Amino acid sequence: MTWEILLQILASTARMSIPLLFAAMAGIIAERSGVINIALEGFILFGAFFAALVTLSSGSPWVGLVAAMLAGSLVATLYAILVVWLRADQIVAGTAINLLAFGSTPLIGKIAFGSGGSSPAIELADRFQYEPIILGILLVVIVHLWLHRTTSGLWLQFAGEHPEALECAGVKVRRLRTIAVIVSGATAAAGGALLSIWLSSSFARGMSAGRGFMALAAVVFGRWMPIPTALACLLFGFTDALQMRLQGATLPRMTEPLPVQVIQVLPYLATIVVLAAFVGRAYAPRALGRPA
Amino acid sequence: MISGAASNSGGILRQTLLELLRALVAVAAGLLLGASLTAIAGENPLNILAILFRSAFGTPWDFGMSLFYATPLIFTGLSVAIAFRAGLFNIGAEGQLTLGALAAAVVGVTATGVAAPWSLFLAVLAAMSAGFLWGGIAGVLKATRGSHEVITTIMLNFVAAGIASFVTLEMFRNTETQNPETLPVAASFALKPLTMFEGAPTTVAFFWGIAAAGVVAFLLFKSVWGFGVRAVGQSEPAALVAGINVRRVQITAMAVAGAVAGLAGLGEVLGSAGRFRLGFSADYGFMGIAVALLARGRPFAVILAAILFGALHKGAADLDFETENVTRDLAVVLQASVIIMVCADGVWDAIRDGLRRRRSTAIRAESAG
Amino acid sequence: MAVSPVKSTDNALPPAIRCIGVSKTFGSTRANEDVSFTVERGSIHGLVGENGAGKSTCVKMLYGLYRPDVGNIEINGRKAIFSSSTDAIAAGVGMVHQHFMLSPTHSVLDNIVLGAEPLSGWSRFLPAAFRTIDRVGARHAITAAGKAYGLEVPLDAKVETLAVGVQQRIEILKLLYRKAQILILDEPTAVLTPAETAVLFGNLRRLKAEGHTIVIITHKLDEVLALTDQVTVFRGGRVVGHVATRETSAEELAGMMVGRSVKLSLEVVSGRLAQDSSPILSVEHLTVVPRKVSTGDNTTAKPVLRDVSLAVRGGEIVGVAGVEGNGQRDLFDSILQVDRHLWQTTGDIQISGEDGTSGGRGRMTTARLRQTSLGVIPFDRHREGLLLEASARENVILGYQALRDNHSKVSVGWFPVLGSRVTRERAAKVVQEFDVRPGDPELRSGALSGGNQQKLIFGRELVRDPRLILAANPIRGVDVGAIEFIHSRLVAARDRGAAILLFSSDLDEILTLSDRVLVMYDGAVVGEFTRKTADRARIGLLMGGGVVARSGGQ
Repeated sequence: MTWEILLQILASTARMSIPLLFAAMAGIIAERSGVINIALEGFILFGAFFAALVTLSSGSPWVGLVAAMLAGSLVATLYAILVVWLRADQIVAGTAINLLAFGSTPLIGKIAFGSGGSSPAIELADRFQYEPIILGILLVVIVHLWLHRTTSGLWLQFAGEHPEALECAGVKVRRLRTIAVIVSGATAAAGGALLSIWLSSSFARGMSAGRGFMALAAVVFGRWMPIPTALACLLFGFTDALQMRLQGATLPRMTEPLPVQVIQVLPYLATIVVLAAFVGRAYAPRALGRPA
Repeated sequence: MISGAASNSGGILRQTLLELLRALVAVAAGLLLGASLTAIAGENPLNILAILFRSAFGTPWDFGMSLFYATPLIFTGLSVAIAFRAGLFNIGAEGQLTLGALAAAVVGVTATGVAAPWSLFLAVLAAMSAGFLWGGIAGVLKATRGSHEVITTIMLNFVAAGIASFVTLEMFRNTETQNPETLPVAASFALKPLTMFEGAPTTVAFFWGIAAAGVVAFLLFKSVWGFGVRAVGQSEPAALVAGINVRRVQITAMAVAGAVAGLAGLGEVLGSAGRFRLGFSADYGFMGIAVALLARGRPFAVILAAILFGALHKGAADLDFETENVTRDLAVVLQASVIIMVCADGVWDAIRDGLRRRRSTAIRAESAG
Repeated sequence: MAVSPVKSTDNALPPAIRCIGVSKTFGSTRANEDVSFTVERGSIHGLVGENGAGKSTCVKMLYGLYRPDVGNIEINGRKAIFSSSTDAIAAGVGMVHQHFMLSPTHSVLDNIVLGAEPLSGWSRFLPAAFRTIDRVGARHAITAAGKAYGLEVPLDAKVETLAVGVQQRIEILKLLYRKAQILILDEPTAVLTPAETAVLFGNLRRLKAEGHTIVIITHKLDEVLALTDQVTVFRGGRVVGHVATRETSAEELAGMMVGRSVKLSLEVVSGRLAQDSSPILSVEHLTVVPRKVSTGDNTTAKPVLRDVSLAVRGGEIVGVAGVEGNGQRDLFDSILQVDRHLWQTTGDIQISGEDGTSGGRGRMTTARLRQTSLGVIPFDRHREGLLLEASARENVILGYQALRDNHSKVSVGWFPVLGSRVTRERAAKVVQEFDVRPGDPELRSGALSGGNQQKLIFGRELVRDPRLILAANPIRGVDVGAIEFIHSRLVAARDRGAAILLFSSDLDEILTLSDRVLVMYDGAVVGEFTRKTADRARIGLLMGGGVVARSGGQ
């Protein structure tokens, strides 16, 4: 493998992991507060859609990004009401949000764009160039510092580990979780925005392509901590970039080409192994999934 | 989980009717809410709903198509319902149905010498075995390592997709087309469309689904195993004191759930498509969750819920033609809003709990002294 | 009711706590009725009573979790109206709960500062929730407080790695960090080893010397006598005694705690023991230590059962008396083999089977045991006795679902099917015979009242005529009319040769039914009485941990 190819792969890795990174950080924020966020997939899709929509009309990717985050916050508010206040089952509600995203984005897309749900292409000039990489790094740093250094970060940790102690200390757990979920939605949507106005040039139906679930895997892999999770995202991005490159290529000392599927499923197998090896719940926030 | 959500007085009949009523209200609310989205496109929501209804049930062909879409949902709905009963979440129905369909296709392609009906028996066996195994893995991980089945089953979905991709593309690829699909299954494995639906690809698989619901109901409510499953799902401490082996129940419940999900794809693999195509599943696994929730984990209600969702799927297809802007995606939106309404149905429980909490502080005070 | 006038130590300063005619009712239960007592400033005050006596409710009002319906509470002379625990802390009242409010995976420092975090100066311009925590400053403050009170704790260790005694110190430090003057401790020694208890007492005395006021809720009389200055005794929601420790004795306190009420009129004649004298249930030197799930090697977990030995023969009722939480639950679970992997057990439990062979407990699963004539009436009927969402018909076979006589004729050996007719008949029989109301076997069991649920469970077990019965609180919540019925059925079972091990926090029940009485305290059997020698006063003493009669004193 030449240096050139390696550099290409690294560049691809960086690009592919950033949206995942946003989604994974979103997952951490929600889950550390005690709320399972299966709806990441839906938030990503909403973000991708509204970013494309608004960028097309405004010409600025930043405006599109903000719009995406607003949309994500709104949908997340619905999710929060369902699971935190109405005590709905978190898995089911999350699945509903995902379905809603899958269905409503092409639907609104048809109305807005006229075509079969996809948006027209966005000009290169109107898209992000390299800014998201910086945003991504900033995001991880901010989340890490916030979680470990600030008061609200500590509260979030306790909300997911021992909400009774937090309530006893005078902090309203349900309100905290609601805010966490809304922030989570906005962040995931931002990640989705990067899909349509950075990684590619338009919105296509279903373009989240399972990234929401990959993000969850990264969070588990990273044991719900920002920096290991970010590394996990890089790993997943790497395998993504690698499998595109390796299609058909032969590794040294192997006669047959390595099936691309093996590389594709590697991150997921690894997550299962991690879960099984570390006795399941050992690292998950203790109060995860339990309504307050 | 699936709450009994019954009233505090009155017999089983009254409880069931009340639940039915709540479900109907949720469905109606969801449909209306979702349809009102179309008002943005300038359509009349009620008109939309009328089109949907007509498209789903208008002619025998329409009805047949609705049932065709419903068939896989019956199986995945049953699968999720079984797991729910044991207190577990089976998000892996997608992967289980993929591998089940794949197994059936492989058998159908390779075992060409076997005559019908043994061929079908073999295919069903293969599909159930693959699903059983796939579900069982998650069950074992949960019972022995405590791994949360939500995450393991989601991961297993991805792995299953990878396996399906490999087997289809590398081992049984149909080189005559560009589509990522296997070779066609042998004639003895093929399921013919039922003539009563005038050309709709509905096969006998739909009736297999109904039979499966009957079997699942029997298993859950009549067998000792089913009793154990329901006991564990309702109260693990009570099950322990009753001597039920909770771990064994968790493993077997997930495995059986997987086996049932494995059958979901047969209608297509042996019937309409006659082969395994990558990505043939229109999120049947996730829809199964919605179906099971709407049916509150009752096997026969699963059939009804599946038909509802199948009908929405079919009904929305005509929207493409009959309206300017509304596409078939509306089906998914409607399905989502029905689920949300069912979730929000927890508002009744929340109110009831609020009243209960004031009473229960009394009980807590009693015991804490 | 013995009330000695309590001399206030300092007339100028108002007492730390005064409850004046406080009452609290929940639904139909009067948890506290006309409670009045005074806690002097700078003293250590004991609140004693059995479970359900009302001390916890009273304390929860002191701490702001409830508001009194009637009456007043004064803290340091000022009327206190708390709407939350935050208000209480602001008034200087802090509570250490029985179940610690500590997150095991977080550090000691983080647990202490939660909710009262010191904020870094440089983050002044940020909104409060986003300001950074001044952990360095917190460290100094907490270490200083720790030194001042002799409560040193390792600030950076994760709570789960620390021994329970250290965790308790953290809880106390939490309160001191928030400038609490009045400290309330709820059953503080329940989870401590004797060594840790001694350390705690030293700490509490030091706190008192520094001017703090301490209130201890406990049922352990020897500790009350050793540590406190005054004692208030609760029984049945009322204050039945308010004395200076110096002037009372363990006997007097025990007498006030258990009282002299005789509710039951059933006259029970001593049973005739079965002819073969080998016991049906035999427990030998059973010691059980909870297995810690986490890492951490400097933890000596306290055994929940210490060298317990007992035997129950056919034809006798053995009653286990004791305040709830002294090991009865653990003994029950050990015999049933529930959650085995959570315990480290030494010792032996033998239960003889129907055919006379003796099976070591390890060889039998709970399932086999239930099916070979062991009847179980669990402690927590909601969680362990019934499936609330299921009908009576299904609950009647809970525990017995694998038995052949519950199966339909079409069952095959390896695939048993429940028979609907036989189960319906069995359910109807239980419902009728044990007067479960409403009498519809199809009704969801969660809809029944507590008493009827108990009758259902009781009926389910007794209708099978088991050889060994483990019964916990069989009449809890049962209406008065049915109490006698249940008790007479138990006695009848005994007369038919059953061995019955009875757990109850109701001493009257124990005394009425038991042929022999064992008293459990702190995980061990501390006394044994026969029907003739059973003496309420002495049993009460043993329940509180006393052995020899002592009068109060430091």
